[in-house]
Amino acid sequence: MTRPAEGGAGALAPAPPSGARQVWRRLRGRPAALAGGAVIVLLVLVALGAPLLAGIEGQDTTSYHADLVNSASGGVPRGTFGGISGSHWLGVEPGTGRDLFARLAYGARVSLGVAIAATVLQVLIGVAFGLAAGLGNRWVDGLLSRITDIFVVMPALILAIALLAVVPSGFPRPVLLTLVLGFIAWGGFAKIVRAQVLTQKSLDYVAASRLAGSSPWRTARRELLPALVAPVLTYAAVTLPTNIVSEAGLSFLGIGVTPPTPSWGQMLSSATTWYQADSAYVLLPAALLFVIVLAFTVFADGIRAALDPRAASRLRVGTRAGRRAGREAGAATGGGETA
Amino acid sequence: MTGLPAFLLRRLLQAVVVLLVLAAVLYAVFYLAPGDAARLACGPKCSTAQVAQIRGQMGLDDPVYLQFWHFLQGIVGGHTYSTGTGSLHCPAPCLGQSYRTGELVTDLITQKLPATASLALGAMVLWLVIGVGTGLVSALRRGGITERLLTGFTLVGVATPVFITGILLLLVFCSWLQWLPYPSYVPFTDDPQQWAWNLLLPWLALALVEAAKYARLTRSSMLETLAEDHIRTFRAYGVGEAAVVRRHALRGALTPVIALSALDLGTMFGGALLTETLFGIPGLGQQLVQSVQLKDLPVVVGIVLVMGLAVVLANAVADVLYALADRRVVLA
Repeated sequence: MTRPAEGGAGALAPAPPSGARQVWRRLRGRPAALAGGAVIVLLVLVALGAPLLAGIEGQDTTSYHADLVNSASGGVPRGTFGGISGSHWLGVEPGTGRDLFARLAYGARVSLGVAIAATVLQVLIGVAFGLAAGLGNRWVDGLLSRITDIFVVMPALILAIALLAVVPSGFPRPVLLTLVLGFIAWGGFAKIVRAQVLTQKSLDYVAASRLAGSSPWRTARRELLPALVAPVLTYAAVTLPTNIVSEAGLSFLGIGVTPPTPSWGQMLSSATTWYQADSAYVLLPAALLFVIVLAFTVFADGIRAALDPRAASRLRVGTRAGRRAGREAGAATGGGETA
Repeated sequence: MTGLPAFLLRRLLQAVVVLLVLAAVLYAVFYLAPGDAARLACGPKCSTAQVAQIRGQMGLDDPVYLQFWHFLQGIVGGHTYSTGTGSLHCPAPCLGQSYRTGELVTDLITQKLPATASLALGAMVLWLVIGVGTGLVSALRRGGITERLLTGFTLVGVATPVFITGILLLLVFCSWLQWLPYPSYVPFTDDPQQWAWNLLLPWLALALVEAAKYARLTRSSMLETLAEDHIRTFRAYGVGEAAVVRRHALRGALTPVIALSALDLGTMFGGALLTETLFGIPGLGQQLVQSVQLKDLPVVVGIVLVMGLAVVLANAVADVLYALADRRVVLA
């Protein structure tokens, strides 16, 4: 394969096991990553506190407010910028008059919840497959690697669409989305973990542990798992925003989360029929999705640099030193596997 | 056997395995799903006897592995359907018949392909122009404002899903500025000018997202090439900087760009599902989404196989391009 390997840097250049304190110190020197982290924390808090926030506003996600939309014009909200007012902080949904602030806050639960849970699932499956392939004998490795390859090459979005379409609508959609995304897109984790295990296996400290009489299981747990933390965490940070976009995309196509359950992708999907009459309704979920994905992207870049200072920064944002390092390392990201 | 033929053969085998697994999984998924294909094909007014008759004609009484086997046989050797009154022949790469309309899946795919191809090719031209252009400029003028702009552009491009770019484009150009009509697809053969005019926004939506990736790749690849020994040698001979870049560095720098384009073009031929749905382009992606919702299994499997084939072929083409342009690459 000569495809440029995204996220390969973490796998190829293992970071020395470094304490959380050290990582935090390195992360602190990168303002962009910190800003991204702050945005993530803020939106996670909004998601967790959705009932509280909606309670303060005095609204919920499902009540119709027919008086707030203009039925003569097909249901466009009355008032400026989508009907923003003291009792409806971000306006109301056209057509139904449901409160947008409440829907966006509860939507954060679905959008972030599905993405985070799917990432955890991907990590679990990927690490299990990667560990087994890396530690197993030739046959086990061959079989598991072939299976992994199939999942890597498989067009994930298409398979997800098919799976989502056939499950009865009674099944809770957010859970279903999590399962589908989690079980389809774990291949990258398995590949990284296997590569890492193969590298570590030949190192002296692992051999020493074996010679000291540790069982393979104990060796895996005590010696190998800690070495996997940095690359897996780095890849997870890159995968999480991808999962947010996948959930939003599937919901946008109308086969992910369906109303009345709100998610940002679902809201964007309903907004497409309204963008001419009520642009505020489109802009709100679009802006939130953009901001959260941007925050995760910048944060992931910071995490990568903090966990593995030797690897060049992918996006080269944040510090001047990072930019210089990136320039010197030149094309580590795009050159493909020449030679 | 070594080298290119062995590589291609291995790739082909791998592709066949992946596509078979994909088709089998889809068959299993739809077979297990509730809902009766014969009932769907017949319509709500059919009597139970009629449904049973149709089920027999469609071969739905056979066990699922036998249906799958017949499907595979159809791809290799074609298939003849009895339609009650007469028979319908489906020639060699036969992907079956739509449950809903009775149309041959291969016919449906050939109908939808031009729209998908129009979208993919036009978008690729745009993203290459924008992406490679910005990438080169920022590589050749390092440290300036262009570099910072590129960093911003890249970040925004990476963080914006195509459906958001698309909606924003619609909002700005059709709703607010009213410079462009709301897109509705016009086939190239009907009116080339209208075709391009209506596809402009979908092209832009796809291209802006992709261009960010290409700008980054072009930049890093150009910097890498300029740092190589042979370039230093040319400079030492006294070759002018412009000539060094144009005659010697570009070839090396653009190799990965071309290879990645092949890859992405394959993915796009696999239907830009979201873009097609958002802009109402009657291509493979839109058809796939609709057929999935209608549980029209033969159409779904057919389109997915064609899409998968496009991706796998593009992968192989990209690898071969790499190897041809850079002799240091070993195909494996």
